[in-house]
Amino acid sequence: MARHVVATVDEIPPGARMLVTVGGREIGIFNVAGEYFAIGNRCPHNGGSLCKGRVVGLVEAAEPGCYQVSRRGELVRCPWHGWEFDLRTGKSWCEPERTKVKSYEAKVEPGEALIEGPLRAETFPVSIEKQYVVIEL
Amino acid sequence: MSIVDVERSAAAKYKLQVIDCDIHPAMTSWKEIHPYLEKRWIEHLTVYGSHLRHAFSEALSHPRMSPDAARVDAYPEEGGPPGSSLDLMRKQHLDPNGVEIGMLIPLRWNPGSQRNLDFGVALTRAMNTWQVERWVKQEPRLRASVLVAQEDTAGAVAEIDARGGDPNFTQILILPRTDEPLGRRRYWPIFEAAVRNNLPITVHVGGTGGHPSTGGGWSSYYMEEHHMVSQAMQAVVTSLVFEGVFERFPKLRVVIMEGGLGWIPSLSARMDKHWSRLRSEVPHVKRPPSEYVREHVWFTTQPMEEPGSSAALIDLFDRIGWDRLLFATDYPHWDYDDPRTSFKANLTEAQRLQLLRGNARTFYGFA
Repeated sequence: MARHVVATVDEIPPGARMLVTVGGREIGIFNVAGEYFAIGNRCPHNGGSLCKGRVVGLVEAAEPGCYQVSRRGELVRCPWHGWEFDLRTGKSWCEPERTKVKSYEAKVEPGEALIEGPLRAETFPVSIEKQYVVIEL
Repeated sequence: MSIVDVERSAAAKYKLQVIDCDIHPAMTSWKEIHPYLEKRWIEHLTVYGSHLRHAFSEALSHPRMSPDAARVDAYPEEGGPPGSSLDLMRKQHLDPNGVEIGMLIPLRWNPGSQRNLDFGVALTRAMNTWQVERWVKQEPRLRASVLVAQEDTAGAVAEIDARGGDPNFTQILILPRTDEPLGRRRYWPIFEAAVRNNLPITVHVGGTGGHPSTGGGWSSYYMEEHHMVSQAMQAVVTSLVFEGVFERFPKLRVVIMEGGLGWIPSLSARMDKHWSRLRSEVPHVKRPPSEYVREHVWFTTQPMEEPGSSAALIDLFDRIGWDRLLFATDYPHWDYDDPRTSFKANLTEAQRLQLLRGNARTFYGFA
């Protein structure tokens, strides 16, 4: 288990996502209203790249004709067949126990802590003044 | 997360070699075919436009969750609809998926459903030349389909005879919801021309042809309409069998494209059952209907069924006949089938190769 610095926070503003490769794995980093989430990029159904999908909310209906939208921006919909994955858990809304992608913990850390700590910034230099997105795997 | 890792290593085990029987090319605009249209029809397009036999004729009959029914990741950076960029098609599909040969199936603009028959026929000529000039000549892996305006039988036959023998074309393309059921005699000159030119008739889902979108009428939702692909195809197969088309044209070969697969054994069994009791109505149907289906009809694999168990899918292939299945991706549409992952069954290497390219190689006569 190691922590990896993958981006500066301003590289992934709210609503945006970034595809990174860590330890040979493609991982999508998503910013949902200031919170960062990291999930495997490959759709477990047929292999679509989730990072290329639309970020959507959860649409539900208590009965026909009565719709409600919640959790705006917290699901990503596969660009191919439309499977929806919860960015918080990696689970598909349909078949959540069977169809899921790996979800990784994503945190924001100040550059100061990163330079002093045992973290690895593999692709770019870390500066004290900035905030970084760090994932663990 | 074993699922992801397992699929990765499985994909790496063999080098993909695929014949894709269903690729949808798109025009960036009508202007792309102006060079191949007579001046009169360019003016017609400008003044009157294209009008299909359904309302909102430039639109799909039901809104999809993704525009153009396309993969969200298939939009070219330079603009234009999915399927309009040969460069992206190569990078996203032909190269990484090992496509040796890909069949072009142009769907939009639908010359076979144009209200103005003469424009429809002119459009088939232009779009057939467009396929060759814009796609096949630029990319030798691609092959064109002879579009025909089937409601003008004479015009359709002339176009088939004009393209027959041209190796750029592999088949004749018709969409299923024709004015009358496809087996009716008004369409027989088209089948005769197909046999004369040794080209299969390919029926690919698309459009409503002016009919309600489902057997029960106009549905509310795309999800309802999407199930219709198999209803429409069952109507085509049933009509071809009971009208006696395969008796009249014993060399006719038909490809049912994008109609699903699960219904084929049950339809065949039901037709056999009815035939054994009711055959006096159709004495020209001399053999059990399932035999005509087995001998004359091939099916493309996309959208692949996902019954939930390997054994169920293999049982389905056993019932249809392994040699009748032609692999297709439907690129760049949203229900695209990936050659690595779409067969959710434990196939032997020989079975996988047969499905991904062997059957198509034999069927279309590729060396």
